[in-house]
Amino acid sequence: MPEPRNHPDEAVEPAGGTGAAMGLGQDEARSLERAPGPGRAPAVPADRPGADRPHSLWSDAWRDLRRNPVFVIAALVILFLVVISVWPRLIAPGNPLSCNLDNSQQGSAPGHPFGFDTQGCDVYTRVVHGARASVTVGVCATVGAALLGALLGGLAGYHGSWADAVLSRVSDIFFGIPIVLGGLVFLSVVTSTTVWPVVGFIVLLGWPQIGRIARGSVITAKQNDYVQAARALGAGNTRVLLRHIAPNAVAPVIVVATIALGTYISLEATLSYLGVGLKPPTVSWGIDISQASTQIRNAPHMLLWPAGALSVTVLAFIMLGDAVRDALDPKLR
Amino acid sequence: MRRSAARWAVGAAVAALVATGCGGGDGGRATDGSGVLSASWTDPQNPLEPANTNEVQGGKVLDMIFRGLKKYDPRTAAAENVLADSIETTDQRTFRIRLKDGWTFGNGEKVTSASFIDAWNYAALVTNKQINASFFRYVEGYDKVHPESGKPAAQKLSGLTRQDDLNFTVELNQKFSTWPDTLGYAAFMPLPRVFFTDHAAWLRKPVGNGPYRVESYTKGQGMQLRAWDGYKGGDAAVNGGVDLKVYTDNNTAYTDLQAGNLDLVDDVPAAQLKNVRADLDGRYLNTPAGIIQTLAFPLYDKAWSGEDSEKLRQGISMAINRKQITRKIFQNTRIPARDWTSPVLGAEGGFDDTLCGRVCEYDPARARQLVKEGGGLPGGTMRITYNADSGSHRDWVDAVCNSINNALGKDDACVGDPVGTFADFRNQIVGRQMKNPFRAGWQMDYPLIQNFLQPLYYTGASSNDAHFSDPRFDRLIDRANAESDRAKAVDTFKEAERILPQQVPAIALWYQNGSAGWSQRLSGVALNPFSVPVFNQIKVG
Amino acid sequence: MGRYVIRRLLQMIPVFAGTTVLIFVMVYALGDPVQARCGDRACDPATAAQIRHDLYLDHPLWQQYLRYMGQIFRGDFGVAWNGRPVTELLASALPVTLRLTVLAILFEIVIGITLGVLTGLRRGRPADTATLLGTLLVISVPTFVTGYVLQYLLGVKWNLIAPSVSSEARFDELIVPALVLALTSLAYVTRLSRTSVVENIRADYVRTAVAKGLPRRRVITRHLLRNSLIPVVTFIGTDIGALMGGAIVTERIFNIHGVGYQLYQGILRLDSATVVGFVTILVIVFLLANLLVDLLYAVLDPRIRYA
Repeated sequence: MPEPRNHPDEAVEPAGGTGAAMGLGQDEARSLERAPGPGRAPAVPADRPGADRPHSLWSDAWRDLRRNPVFVIAALVILFLVVISVWPRLIAPGNPLSCNLDNSQQGSAPGHPFGFDTQGCDVYTRVVHGARASVTVGVCATVGAALLGALLGGLAGYHGSWADAVLSRVSDIFFGIPIVLGGLVFLSVVTSTTVWPVVGFIVLLGWPQIGRIARGSVITAKQNDYVQAARALGAGNTRVLLRHIAPNAVAPVIVVATIALGTYISLEATLSYLGVGLKPPTVSWGIDISQASTQIRNAPHMLLWPAGALSVTVLAFIMLGDAVRDALDPKLR
Repeated sequence: MRRSAARWAVGAAVAALVATGCGGGDGGRATDGSGVLSASWTDPQNPLEPANTNEVQGGKVLDMIFRGLKKYDPRTAAAENVLADSIETTDQRTFRIRLKDGWTFGNGEKVTSASFIDAWNYAALVTNKQINASFFRYVEGYDKVHPESGKPAAQKLSGLTRQDDLNFTVELNQKFSTWPDTLGYAAFMPLPRVFFTDHAAWLRKPVGNGPYRVESYTKGQGMQLRAWDGYKGGDAAVNGGVDLKVYTDNNTAYTDLQAGNLDLVDDVPAAQLKNVRADLDGRYLNTPAGIIQTLAFPLYDKAWSGEDSEKLRQGISMAINRKQITRKIFQNTRIPARDWTSPVLGAEGGFDDTLCGRVCEYDPARARQLVKEGGGLPGGTMRITYNADSGSHRDWVDAVCNSINNALGKDDACVGDPVGTFADFRNQIVGRQMKNPFRAGWQMDYPLIQNFLQPLYYTGASSNDAHFSDPRFDRLIDRANAESDRAKAVDTFKEAERILPQQVPAIALWYQNGSAGWSQRLSGVALNPFSVPVFNQIKVG
Repeated sequence: MGRYVIRRLLQMIPVFAGTTVLIFVMVYALGDPVQARCGDRACDPATAAQIRHDLYLDHPLWQQYLRYMGQIFRGDFGVAWNGRPVTELLASALPVTLRLTVLAILFEIVIGITLGVLTGLRRGRPADTATLLGTLLVISVPTFVTGYVLQYLLGVKWNLIAPSVSSEARFDELIVPALVLALTSLAYVTRLSRTSVVENIRADYVRTAVAKGLPRRRVITRHLLRNSLIPVVTFIGTDIGALMGGAIVTERIFNIHGVGYQLYQGILRLDSATVVGFVTILVIVFLLANLLVDLLYAVLDPRIRYA
């Protein structure tokens, strides 16, 4: 029997049989209760031919994506963000650090379409130049937290037993560390002016949440009949995880990650506010948004533009995430 | 069906909001002379013992419930006798104090010379951990009750001698002519016996001898103070009392004031300064207070104290456009500094708006030249260190840096350098670990020029964070303290102060004003020179 | 089931030990708390030494920790920076925060799931787009701004609520703060439930249920929703930490003296007694919440058993 684990989780009170076959049978029975008759077919057949056509799911997804206009638009927006992050002077030749206090909080003026902030810096220039730090923090922290979270959460959910206990309890402790405390302890000793300590810190704090979501999804997905079937047919752990569970468990992770991207960019501002985030003279949306928020009554335009830029970024990634999720959903085929 | 469900949810939420509004309103309010006003407050950091309170919020309460030998006139800041009938000296070292008869504490106990001597002995004794203990360091015997390390060799200050119930003498360990004028400070207040016999009960409900008595005190929420009928002084309360309400944020207090749920805020948030006159229809006050903000240099660091470094420090001072920053960032609630004291001292008290001269004027060309002559910024760049957790320093630090950058014609000559916590910031200062100019400030303890100079720039003084040391300065301060003539003393202090623009141990930035906003129910609102509202003069209704 | 729960509860012991050690060391790493008590002027060294001695700060870290743990087992959580016992702070802050959190979670469940199901069923329609825009708004506008604007409009302009919460912090006063607190999480819950609905609406059992001719409402609530809820429930479980300990901004705006506020003050004042006490309680709450979430998995999807 290739899969000795009948109840992969911490089953202490097996609700029925003890062997893999029994477990399968019971799942069948439960599923049948709710979904009798036909209709369950697509999942299992989609799996079997998979053996003949390697990577079918992922390559199918890619084919779908290229034809999806939502994906194309989102990808173009993200490409644009990457370009201005690398070469901000292409569209904003000014200097984001050159500020004249006499212009403090003034509205738009010729050559300064977005107006000025409290320090009299040009908001347009700062929004464009802020993309680099913010997009880097947002994307890298999200990718880092999502990969780490999905990996550890997926393992915990799939393996169950002691792996789940250890990983889940570790993440409980992480949840307990207040951001303020963690930031002050880990970031105040850092002297680097790059974004990487901030990215690392956000990953450290962010993975447990995504991990929990991934764990929940994997626990659900592994109950599916086709997963049980694949295991019964002798598929290896890696193969089951990647081929059968991941595509079905990835959606909530994508959703949480795309929104987390936006909150991580704002979190960077919180850290800066605490004096431990990005160090000046780094320019970022987060810093400008947090500076603008206390001035909301005096100069709402200071908030409008960096927050707008953040919105567009988050929107692009939500659309991208939606498109990827759709492409990976076998039921939509 | 689903849409209607959503609509129901929204409707329910709105209904709940309306219900809250109705439930949250205040009851009827008294309009006669005995009206009680509500004011914003923050929990004091330390227990409300007079010698253990050195911040405004605790000081606010002590100012209401205590009266000492002297009191500072809320308007002129002059020290006037209150409980003291007379304080006399011939040698500027031994002071004979005579008390007025008839004063009592709120519990009926008479205020005698023992009430002062016991309180001062308690404050000075090291094992009582009073953070204002050092205010007694000029009293003979302080080194015995408060040794640098180890156990105290005596329990009482040998310089305090009781003659009878109304007379006692104080012997100082050095000449200090203006010492009587320091006696309005909270640390010198008398204490009733119950403070020593049932300390915990006293802390729960402090008993003093001032115009107000504490009716109830709930830590973390607020304190109710009521006018005390038995008060003998001339400054009895003209209102029925004050309800101090603890706020987590001054912006919330301000919003509560706008909504009519609060009568008085004495700290208008910086972001509302542009709107405050319109919001409150002119019920707003912005008056000088004894607070100066400076930028101190770590003179223990070679980079800032080498040869010609005073030119560097002068140059940086002249690269700061104080006028522009106080106007744009502080909306004129701070005034560009022209000396190292405060306007509340008045010209007679030693304030002199010509003392700093060109060094405090914005002059980019001269600044560039001086910085160059002074060897340039150490390493080509400087940072301004501040703590990020309180007081929104970031805005002005960034503005100062921008001003320096513009003056020196270099975009990254100066950047702000936030430190996460005030505690860490203070530890770095005290541990002499600062590598860059850092935020410093001084709120006076008593309105004397001595208080703006000696604790800050005298060699080894308690708040000499720059670790400035100049023998000439020290000699002049000593001479001024020994001077029996008040005007001559002030002149000598000013002579010492004239060394500061030459040496610039700290750049004088601006004088901070106190601000207050109040509701339509109040009249006669004023702030004293310590930026604390003069509660006993506020009329309600 | 019962044994599973007991085992999970027993896991609290190592987590408790781990958390207290970790937080204790972290607060210790922040530095010496005594200097800050004297404000902008240096403490005189003798007084500072006396305070340090009384706080046991003149001992090595491990002795401080052991002494602290000894105190805890006697039910004494120590004294906070402002002289109040930590147990007293907990007793005053926890009930307020619990009320606030419960309300916020209710908002997340009711509004979030309703919007999620609605938009999931009507993908691409105006309601879906409007919700997406709302989501973007909530993510990119800081809590401080939404909180302040709501407080200003409802409290000052329209006079519908009192801008600040009284010290009793009744449920009705906490409605607006809880809404503000829940906003960011609402974005997550809405998107998560929308995606789950989109995924499951094509699932066989839903098609079957529809084909069987069950009423639409019954299909949605009994079949679709139930299976869509697992990620949502997981998210809410993880969110309790953010809601309880991280409500610093919301609590400040509405003058709520809750856990977030006290914890923040404790951290800024480098006060290990307050921080360790509060975080320990928070971690216990997360453990219970996550246990509840795991038990809910089995309720929502009967194929999952530990359960």
